[in-house]
Amino acid sequence: MDFLIQRLPLYIDGAWITIQLTFGGCALAFVLAMVFGIMGTIRHWLPRAISTVYVEVFRGIAALVLMFWMAFALPQLSGFRLDDMFAAILALGLNVGAYGAEVVRSSINAVPKAQVEATVALNLSWFQRTRLVVLPQAWAQMLPTFGNLVIELMKATAVVYLIGVADLTAVAQNMRESTGETVVAFIGAFILYYLIAQVLIFGMRMLERRANRKLGRTPPRGKSLKSLAQSTPVGSAGGTF
Amino acid sequence: MWDFQWTLQILPDLLGALGTTVQITFLSYLIALVLGLLIAIARRTPFFGAVLHAATEFIRTTPLVIQLVFVFLLTPAHITPMTVGVVVLGVHYAAYTAEVYRSGIEGVAKGQWEAARALSLPARRTWGAIVLPQAIRKVIPALGNYLIATFKDTPLLIAIGVAELLTEAQRIGSASFRVVEVYTVVGFLFLLVSIPSAILLRRLERRYAAV
Amino acid sequence: MPPSDTPVNAESPGVEGQSLIVFDDVVKRFGDLTVLDDLNFSVAPGERVTLIGPSGSGKTTILRLLMTLEKITEGVIWVGGEPFSHMRRGQGLVRASEGYMRERRKRIGMVFQQFNLFPNMSVRQNITEAPVHVLGTPKDEANARAKELLDLVGLGEKIDAHPTQLSGGQQQRVAIARALAMQPEILLLDEVTSALDPELVAGVLDVLREVAETTDITMLCVTHEMGFARDVSHRVLMFDQGQIAEEGPPEQIFGDPKEDRTKSFLRSVLDNGF
Repeated sequence: MDFLIQRLPLYIDGAWITIQLTFGGCALAFVLAMVFGIMGTIRHWLPRAISTVYVEVFRGIAALVLMFWMAFALPQLSGFRLDDMFAAILALGLNVGAYGAEVVRSSINAVPKAQVEATVALNLSWFQRTRLVVLPQAWAQMLPTFGNLVIELMKATAVVYLIGVADLTAVAQNMRESTGETVVAFIGAFILYYLIAQVLIFGMRMLERRANRKLGRTPPRGKSLKSLAQSTPVGSAGGTF
Repeated sequence: MWDFQWTLQILPDLLGALGTTVQITFLSYLIALVLGLLIAIARRTPFFGAVLHAATEFIRTTPLVIQLVFVFLLTPAHITPMTVGVVVLGVHYAAYTAEVYRSGIEGVAKGQWEAARALSLPARRTWGAIVLPQAIRKVIPALGNYLIATFKDTPLLIAIGVAELLTEAQRIGSASFRVVEVYTVVGFLFLLVSIPSAILLRRLERRYAAV
Repeated sequence: MPPSDTPVNAESPGVEGQSLIVFDDVVKRFGDLTVLDDLNFSVAPGERVTLIGPSGSGKTTILRLLMTLEKITEGVIWVGGEPFSHMRRGQGLVRASEGYMRERRKRIGMVFQQFNLFPNMSVRQNITEAPVHVLGTPKDEANARAKELLDLVGLGEKIDAHPTQLSGGQQQRVAIARALAMQPEILLLDEVTSALDPELVAGVLDVLREVAETTDITMLCVTHEMGFARDVSHRVLMFDQGQIAEEGPPEQIFGDPKEDRTKSFLRSVLDNGF
């Protein structure tokens, strides 16, 4: 235990890199997922085709292969060398974004057709319909799977030490090499990964709860704690007031 | 910029490594399928089930690559990296397939268990003839997803020096200092396997969704 | 190429100034199924028309065509003397583009059987969202109007409630307020009480009676509520197999139907306790 406590600052540094990679990758993946996911729901064939190509290509290539390509092949091809952190974030974001785009697409398609018809009856434009009605409703459906993808992305960051980024796994490796204490050195990293994952899971649950509350699926604020604790889904139950 | 001669020259080696990668994928997946099922069943026991739940949760929330390296460092030298890789990959995905089986088992109607009880079937028959056939049928597409996922995680075995596709590519690359062709071909080989698999899987989904 | 894609006669068939809505040889097919079979009818401004008939007779399809939720197979629909399902090009007519339809359906509103309130918005937002974003109404004005409309439908105090907190009948009354907020010239009512528990039907119908009495909105109403149809409508159209079997003022259709099909339909509806 002393071993770990003494070297805690080093682990924290590594964990901080892991966290930065996770957030950077998630931000990029989120933007790509939204853009290509929404494109996948457009009736015209061209945006749909572009979306399909993006999804199949970047889902099909392993993130690590993509990372190697960006870190090693791209500099030779273009003479331009990406920062290792940036290459890692790019590869992770492109890869997870492709999974996310599928989630966005299917969640949008799962919004009841009747909701879209109501927007036609109110004469909303495609853009207004998407922004005001479709996405807010699809959002609640996306979140559980997004939660899984966030964890997958966090775990996938651990390969970055292979292209020379000093993340949590790299710290564990260095620690083992400098002290010879394999078990202890790795347990430190495992614990931190586990904690990061738990925090991410908690955060995504909160987002999910908020999204469901917005759709009226749980009692809204302003009710007594007791009724919140009972927390039965209101659903279509009528005449409560 | 792009050297076709060189591409053709490295292709046989890369295809050979792809073969190894596919082998690793199937062996690991076999472990994941069998072990995952055992875990899903064992998780229904009171104490041991809770322990298994915590263990699979831990496996699923920590990175595969660090699990690989950790186990590799702790195994005796006479066990090959290949064996370690296959087993760790298999156990990692067993933690996922166990969840899939569990949802399938929970999806079997309560009446089926009660009917089995009413017929005084022994536990072995209840599971083997009634619950599992129904549960597994429903989760076949979800299980198929993890075959593709296993394949896409095989490059991580580079961390312990298994001669899979990416390791081989790195070897060729560092021997020749020409990496553009090598890594690009690896990317295409990945697409060559994963896009047809995805199409097959979609067919599978449609077929089992229709039932 | 389907016949309706070729330019057809661009002369408005309705007598100028007398018909707000004209269905001109309208055919609607879903695959092999013909839902509307060469249908012709017109509706005058301010007229309230009720469509009755057995299910599958094409009543709802008429409303959905007017809301551009379905595409017409053959024929032309005219609204306000201008083509609606089609648009003018040169001397002829071609299928309406999305932009054209958007412009033309501005003053048409619809209330749905299943209410279709937006669950991601409060009652207030449900009502103000379209006026603010489509008509460009200032927010304050839209809010004030929402309050007025909710008072009209008897739900003034529910303005900040969430749709899921309301009963079906209350949701439907909000949906009516939402449609009215767009100041429609034409209001389409698609079996608006069919999804409601029996005890909630009267409240919704009372609101609609009020709307009918106090405004001159043209209404097309598909309903099984024969009492309501009799009270509110100027004219009743009896549909059967995609065609009008009989039409006339409500007193005649309900009191002295001529066609056997109308008689048997009315008998079956009354037997079923509608």
